[in-house]
Amino acid sequence: MLDFLAAVGRVFLGFLVATGRFAIFTFSAISHCVRPPVYLRLVLRQIVDIGYYSLPVVGLTAIFTGMVLALQTNTGFARFQAQGAVATVVALSMTRELGPVIAALMVAGRIGAAIAAEIGTMRVTDQIDAMTTLSTNPFKYLVVPRVVAGVATLPVLVLVADIIGVFGGFLVATYKLGFNPSGYIGQTADNLRSDDVVSGLIKAAVFGFIVTIMGCYFGYHSRGGAQGVGAATTYAVVSASIMVLLVDYLLTSVLF
Amino acid sequence: MPETTPKISVRGLRKSFGHKIVLDGIDIDVGVGESLVVIGGSGTGKSVMVKCILGLLEPDGGEVKIDGQATGGRHRVPLEKFGMLFQGAALFDSLLVWENVAFGLIQGRGMERSQAKRVALDKLAAVGLGPEVGELRPAELSGGMQKRVALARAIAAEPEIIVFDEPTTGLDPIMSDVINDLIIKCVRDLGATAISITHDMASTRKIADRVAMIYKGKIIWSGDVASMEHSENAFVDQFIHGRADGPIQMEVRAH
Repeated sequence: MLDFLAAVGRVFLGFLVATGRFAIFTFSAISHCVRPPVYLRLVLRQIVDIGYYSLPVVGLTAIFTGMVLALQTNTGFARFQAQGAVATVVALSMTRELGPVIAALMVAGRIGAAIAAEIGTMRVTDQIDAMTTLSTNPFKYLVVPRVVAGVATLPVLVLVADIIGVFGGFLVATYKLGFNPSGYIGQTADNLRSDDVVSGLIKAAVFGFIVTIMGCYFGYHSRGGAQGVGAATTYAVVSASIMVLLVDYLLTSVLF
Repeated sequence: MPETTPKISVRGLRKSFGHKIVLDGIDIDVGVGESLVVIGGSGTGKSVMVKCILGLLEPDGGEVKIDGQATGGRHRVPLEKFGMLFQGAALFDSLLVWENVAFGLIQGRGMERSQAKRVALDKLAAVGLGPEVGELRPAELSGGMQKRVALARAIAAEPEIIVFDEPTTGLDPIMSDVINDLIIKCVRDLGATAISITHDMASTRKIADRVAMIYKGKIIWSGDVASMEHSENAFVDQFIHGRADGPIQMEVRAH
């Protein structure tokens, strides 16, 4: 019995240590974000990596999500003769929920993993220590540009995902389900408010922070060679994905 | 005769990882312009000692002074005085070779890129590498060339103290000797103080003014390189002659 309690205690203490270490890392990253110097060239490079190169994958997932959403909504709402609400449901679902969440999950898989792998490799090959000995703060050089770029870029990606997703719904509704194109567009425009879009963009900025800080944190603390880097990459993607869904619920309950 | 302040002074340095005591009260001084080589087996704490001196690891106890100034805690380690060659070279994969060499000048000291590139190419020339190498990626270089680039990076900012972590590990004997010659030349040209950690005895005999041996977290012997051969210390004697029999027992477990 005592052994069991000791094991539970060890796990709990380990959790507290990990939480504390992550909190210190996060506060340190935020404090470095608002203190000079800021490596603008690196921020721009990360914006291109995170934003531009994620466009195809985010665009593809968004268009299929919008198309499926239109199909499913039409099928479900047909039971209540409420097909007229399909355009509104697609637009609201995409802008408020699916656009931000799907874009964040895609970026977590693509960018969060890449960040953890790159910084993790730098850690286990002493490149981060080398950077420190060259009078360069690794937080400023490695963490801040990625976090700033993530926060700045994800809202833009989500805006693109929203547009493409709504367009996907429009394609299915008009070409497959026989909706009137101008009626569909009119209904979307009439029922979509700016705060629907803005709330999604706020979520996107928060998700951008979560994905990049998780990648940086697990990469920065990786240990033990290739296996350690692999584990850091997995932890970064899984933790970021769970955190995105958890924070999505919290933000939704606050924003709406 | 007035007593001169050591360039580096270490007193009672202690560091543990969990229950494993790695450094158990290290005391050592390195004089200005002196080349100290720290020898010892794998896992005896050589790299940890150097990382504590550089502030890359926070020691559990003890004191490190650079030019008589305490470091650690609230006192920042004056990293601008240091250059370091890492065991695996630790070149930045994402940067060109010249950008690696110029990294500390551009990011650490705010030098213009064009000026820093000129300095980087000069330093590459000093270690026997042409300007064409500067445009390559680190992954395109052999191990020996990577070590040379790392040496060029370590001396780029003309530091007062240079730290060499296993500078010849993984190199063939001829390339090891080339690196040793370059280390001697660079340290002499800069008038720098050098700390090297190695278990390569040929390298030790060539680059050291003074040798210290670390064993079980303590400095168990130190003296001039010439006196190392007849130290009358059984641990040193066993280590420098690479004998399996002696007071140092390797922890080898049969599974």
